[in-house]
Amino acid sequence: MRLGLVYLTVIIIAACGLGYELVAGALSSYLLGDSVTQFSLTIGLYLFAMGIGAWLSRYVQRNLVSRFVDIELAVALAGGTSAMVLHLAHGRGIWFRPVLYGEIVLIGTLVGLEIPLLMRILKDELDFRELVAQVLSLDYVGALVVSLSFPLLFVPNLGVVKSAIAFGLVNAAVGLWSTWIFAQRLGAVGWLRAKSLAVIGVLAACLWGADAFTGRLEGLMYGDEVVLAKSTPYQRIVVTSNERGFQLYLNGALQFASADEYRYHEALVHPAFVARPQARRVLVLGGGDGLAVREILKHPQVERVTLVDIDPEMTRLAREYEPLVTLNARALHDPRVELVHEDALGWLATRRGLHDIAIVDFPDPSHYAIGKLYTAAFYQRLTENLAPDGVMAIQSTSPLFARRAFWCIVRTVESAQLTALPYHVFLPSFGEWGFVLAARQQLSVPKAANGELISGLRYLDGPTLSALFHLGPDMQPVPVEPNRLDEQRLVRYYEEDWRELD
Amino acid sequence: MSSTDSGFPRRTLLAGGLSAAGAWWLGSGCRRTPSITGSFAGPDMSRGHQLLDGAPPTAGPERDVPVAILGGGIAGLSAAWRLARAGFHDFELHELESRIGGTSVSGSNAISAYPWGAHYLPVPVREQRAVCELLEELGLLQGFDARGRALIPETALVRAPQSRLFYMGSWSEGLYCIDGASREDLVQWERFEQRMREFAERRDEQGRPWFALPLARCSPDARALELDRISFAQWLAGEGFDSPRLLWMAEYACRDDYGCSHRETSAWAGIFYFASREASSGASDSEFLTWPEGNAFLAEALARHAQGRIRTGALIRRIEPRDGIVRVESSAGALRCEQAICALPRFVLQRVLDGLEAERGRFRYSPWVTANLSLSGTPASRGASLAWDNVLHESESLGYVVATHQSDRTDPRSVWTWYRPLVQSDVAATRQALLRSRWEDWRDEVMRDLSRAHPDLDRHVQQIDVWRWAHAMVRPEPGFRTDPVRQVAAQPRGRLYFAHTDLSGLSLFEEAQWQGVRAAESVLSARGIPFESWSGI
Ligand SMILES: Cc1cc2nc3c(=O)[nH]c(=O)nc-3n(C[C@H](O)[C@H](O)[C@H](O)COP(=O)(O)OP(=O)(O)OC[C@H]3O[C@@H](n4cnc5c(N)ncnc54)[C@H](O)[C@@H]3O)c2cc1C
Repeated sequence: MRLGLVYLTVIIIAACGLGYELVAGALSSYLLGDSVTQFSLTIGLYLFAMGIGAWLSRYVQRNLVSRFVDIELAVALAGGTSAMVLHLAHGRGIWFRPVLYGEIVLIGTLVGLEIPLLMRILKDELDFRELVAQVLSLDYVGALVVSLSFPLLFVPNLGVVKSAIAFGLVNAAVGLWSTWIFAQRLGAVGWLRAKSLAVIGVLAACLWGADAFTGRLEGLMYGDEVVLAKSTPYQRIVVTSNERGFQLYLNGALQFASADEYRYHEALVHPAFVARPQARRVLVLGGGDGLAVREILKHPQVERVTLVDIDPEMTRLAREYEPLVTLNARALHDPRVELVHEDALGWLATRRGLHDIAIVDFPDPSHYAIGKLYTAAFYQRLTENLAPDGVMAIQSTSPLFARRAFWCIVRTVESAQLTALPYHVFLPSFGEWGFVLAARQQLSVPKAANGELISGLRYLDGPTLSALFHLGPDMQPVPVEPNRLDEQRLVRYYEEDWRELD
Repeated sequence: MSSTDSGFPRRTLLAGGLSAAGAWWLGSGCRRTPSITGSFAGPDMSRGHQLLDGAPPTAGPERDVPVAILGGGIAGLSAAWRLARAGFHDFELHELESRIGGTSVSGSNAISAYPWGAHYLPVPVREQRAVCELLEELGLLQGFDARGRALIPETALVRAPQSRLFYMGSWSEGLYCIDGASREDLVQWERFEQRMREFAERRDEQGRPWFALPLARCSPDARALELDRISFAQWLAGEGFDSPRLLWMAEYACRDDYGCSHRETSAWAGIFYFASREASSGASDSEFLTWPEGNAFLAEALARHAQGRIRTGALIRRIEPRDGIVRVESSAGALRCEQAICALPRFVLQRVLDGLEAERGRFRYSPWVTANLSLSGTPASRGASLAWDNVLHESESLGYVVATHQSDRTDPRSVWTWYRPLVQSDVAATRQALLRSRWEDWRDEVMRDLSRAHPDLDRHVQQIDVWRWAHAMVRPEPGFRTDPVRQVAAQPRGRLYFAHTDLSGLSLFEEAQWQGVRAAESVLSARGIPFESWSGI
């Protein structure tokens, strides 16, 4: 027996053992938050489980070496797949914690068996004093190596899922080479080697499929099949599909569902046109999906539509991705439409000519980068690009689920010296949704001339239009402060409103 | 605080060893620092050293210049601005460096303009007359609220999120970390804030505040001056404050505003940090104006009034107040002046003006290092999203400020300005070590410091330029405010008037500007030119 190789084995199994603990700690604090609690729970449970393993080792009486190889392979499988299992469990609500703690106890117990068994294997080779000193000190060296390289090398280069698989592969390799190191003490090695190779094969397959796996996780998150996923410098665009049609998500937040988006976009666009029936120059801010533009182009007098969306990838999809092109009726191919890819607040800073109508369709103000597009400064700049009798229509989150956020937008519009007329619509995929109509002059509830709207609408007609402007008691104003660039209260209201709902 | 004795970056041997191990282990994972370019930017050391080496006397005949302004920092530029706004233009301003601004200087590259020193201005109150005049001139003053605080267009104010703190592995919004604070921590923090609010509202019998800017507005009340005798640390201990989070905040505040530890800052100056801004805001959340280039924006605005009258690259070698005139020897010519405004730092002045022996060693300066990082994209971070001011809890630096924070561009590139005060007590030794340090040392130090909060930083940093401030700012140590030497230093010598933040121990824009305006108004008075006072003299 070559002692040098045995010592290397000790370092490696110690390193992998701690590695799984770090994987569990990192994932639990990442998925559950509150890293102090998660890390100390993980460490405590894991150490305790290692104690169980050490105690259980007394029941292993014969065939020490082949049991050791079996345990290495078990550690390799359980530990190597642990990150994937935890990710899968995370999609399953209440199952996550039981699975997490179960994994920790299982792997901890197996790891706890390793060193006692190895020491018993070696007890005839060395005198006891020497054995304890060598094995335990190397055990700690291994721990140091992995605790330094885990954050510095493994996670940055491989990510947590692949790091766990890599540790598993190393454990399986230890199992395999043990059949050579301890060959004299084993009978037939063929079966052990075959098992080791099988485990290595399984883990290698996991490693190969890890990227696809991480991709699939997204599908679990969305609940439907992911048919398109793209990361742009500005956002993550995901399209899912189910029997009712397809859905577009930006950064995990639903933007529209093809089944009922007509309700949303008709309500967003047409009330402004009823208020300014002669509108010819229209500005669309956000709304790179082209669905608002589709509604705008239903008004034949429109001469020019300028669409400002920061993300060229979004408008490219709206021009090229077949299901979306069909849904928006090739709106972005219309010669009257001009595309601009810039930050809307920056673009508005230089005067861009006067528009009769502005449609403001940004994602919800869930973080500061978007919250700035709902500030008094933003509406002031927009007003400077609006004709004196121009009107804007603003998507304003839900007056029911995010009531403070909704009224904050109304107050912000008013603080920019505009009159605001809030209204709402119901759509199955979103629930109650709200908008604000704003203008320099007094605004009265838009009434369709002789009770009729343009043809080709599926949701709006004269009576429905008036009903939009009635907000029931549960959507009435609440006291809030306006949103400003230097103090984005809206983001906080929005966050709190949704948190209270959960 | 884990400060090393010299305060200098050690090569992080461990990380170096590991990266070698990493290369061996994974065949990748090498740190990319060597590909980062950059160099020392900063004051032209050779020019300044001519003072020490006794360069040859200025050749050429003496010119008559009615008023000379010496030094083109905020104080000197404000003096020029005040003279010009009163209709007096017969002056010349001499500045050593090739750019004006002094400690409010800026730089720029293909990505953005960025500050090398001062980078923000708190929203002023009506009593800060000169600041309000300047903002009005720039179209940034829309009036005053009921409390007398200036109303500023929202686009000029620092945008949300203003600040965040990196603590225990993740970022959280704000500078005081509530997460994980014990009950005792929170109770103390609340009591501390309450104490600061009391100080902010404190007035003497004549209604003068204890804490306000400029210093001249502050009450000379003996009880207020008592606070100048002890250090901020002693005051905190005496009040029973011992919460580690609170003490961190106190230390951070002193390093941020004065570049020295709260153990060496006077209690008066320490409290000033918290109470003078409360006074001006009347609310707990302070508001700031900022620009990509920092306060160099204001320096340029002031300088526009002195167009054609500024000589850069002009080293002042000697100033001699004589009967009825002031003789100035500058590398840009010898001047005979009816009046002169000296806006030079005191450590320079001691070399060019006779009779200042008594003040040697009484003005002590903190060295600072600033670095500007050019980034190809935004590095990842855990927790709260990127703010304007990004502070790291366990760090000797103050973190970094984002130059592109106020911009609405789609360009993902950015410039971060990293600030590091060298707080060691032995300022002379620290300064010597600073001047010997190499650019590579600071590159590694910046990367080591910020990589903890941004593991993928090395993928984004393209360039790191470093500025060494040997004498960044004067230290308001215990006894400095009440030191008679400081008070004497501010007195005019015949027709020579003094203006510089050194004279107050508060290195802040409002103070520098007030110093310059006051000196200029003394000159206007002496010349019999009518004006309405903006400095309250
Ligand atoms: C890193 C750093 C960050 C800061 N951040 C802020 C901040 O955010 N907000 C804030 O309000 N303040 C800040 N400050 C304080 C800043 O110092 C003051 O706001 C202000 O700029 C001081 O102006 P001053 O005119 O009094 O002095 P200085 O800036 O020191 O001006 C003196 C001028 O004299 C020139 N000079 C020196 N010797 C000679 C000579 N022999 N001949 C000719 N000219 C000479 C110098 O080059 C310089 O231009 C910061 C300072 C530093 C160093």
